[in-house]
Amino acid sequence: MFKTFLMILKRDLKLALRRRSEIFTVLFFFIIVVSLFPLGVGYDEKTLQRIAPGVAWIAALLASMLALERLFLSDYADGTLEQMLLTPQPLSILVLAKMTAHWLLTGLPLVLVAPVVGILYHLEAKTVGTMMFMLLLGTPILSMIGAIGAALTLGLRGGGVLISLLILPLYIPVLVYGSGAISESTLQSGNIEPHVLLLSAFLLLSLIFSPWATASALKISLE
Amino acid sequence: MSLTVANLQCTRGDRQLFSGLNFQLKPKQLLFLEGQNGSGKTTLIRTLCGLFVADEGDILWQDQPIQEHLEAYRKELFYLGHLNAIKGDLTALENLRFNHAMSGQNCRDDDLLNALERIGLYGYEDFPTRQLSQGQKRRVALARLLLNKSPLWILDEPFVALDVAAVELLQSIISKHVEAGGMAILTTHQAVPLTQGEVQHLNLDQYASQAGTLSYV
Repeated sequence: MFKTFLMILKRDLKLALRRRSEIFTVLFFFIIVVSLFPLGVGYDEKTLQRIAPGVAWIAALLASMLALERLFLSDYADGTLEQMLLTPQPLSILVLAKMTAHWLLTGLPLVLVAPVVGILYHLEAKTVGTMMFMLLLGTPILSMIGAIGAALTLGLRGGGVLISLLILPLYIPVLVYGSGAISESTLQSGNIEPHVLLLSAFLLLSLIFSPWATASALKISLE
Repeated sequence: MSLTVANLQCTRGDRQLFSGLNFQLKPKQLLFLEGQNGSGKTTLIRTLCGLFVADEGDILWQDQPIQEHLEAYRKELFYLGHLNAIKGDLTALENLRFNHAMSGQNCRDDDLLNALERIGLYGYEDFPTRQLSQGQKRRVALARLLLNKSPLWILDEPFVALDVAAVELLQSIISKHVEAGGMAILTTHQAVPLTQGEVQHLNLDQYASQAGTLSYV
């Protein structure tokens, strides 16, 4: 079972490396959205520090949506997904492998460029650290919940817009606790622990339920 | 070992495709599915694979309903549809390796290369498949047949896009499989000559319900 997981993960990464533009689109989208806000809001240091957590997270949500539509689409179009459904391995393992690949390609790069946000928004090193940690906890949730939406809208016309409408409301807890922790860390007496614990709980919950829900949705989409 | 279909009825949207379908397939038997366009050949094939659930009736593999023993059934099943399930960005060898490994059967690279050579892709193993022609892409997909040890093959229009030499090769692969005790279900108009074994024909038009038949005026 683990072998299958690794095999799909390796294949998806290999495919992405042969089409590098797709990885960079997400990354640059994030950077551009984040850098537009100081231009619109002004360069007041206090204001920027206050809006930074929310801006970083909203940009991350939107960026991770960008690549969601393609998560299953190419496998669906060329018949690979149908073959995957017919393998003796449980479909949720295959789905989990695809989610992991999606996170490695779209979530992890966002964590790594978070210091850029720190520079643009005059954040302290400690706050940047918290931001990276919260993004590390939260972006896998985005990939996992997003996969459910991608599976449900598979093969529908205009699926991309529909995914956003379905999935963005479900991202609200991630946004609230993710940016909440970063805001707390800018305060002297801030305590980020409750936020971290709640976000970790969401991570575990989606790790358990989303592969199963996505697999069921895929079966319906392929009928 | 046998595949039994009893009183099967399938509907697609509002349209009933066929009903009261019965047949049994045993080792060394080859079944041809026939019927006009839209008679439900592909739907029947997808139902037989367990991708689509029939409205009524049973599909039994070894006398067990397939929906209840999907994992065991899928180990014994090889399905190839209209789509080739290959990635344009991967090479022929990588595609074959991945697709074959997904079916849960192990094999060495030598065997994979050997299969590609036999299917007529010698010298193309390391090309990204998007650079290959339609027929060559189909061959990459069909190379899996040479490695596959599943007893039941279900092939939807396997001869599409192939040239004369490849058609002959595929005919011989299928007939060898059936003669060695395998089973195969094909939708095609191409005959497959067998030296041993039995050929069955199933015409879906005979099972079409009244509303489903196209009327020509």
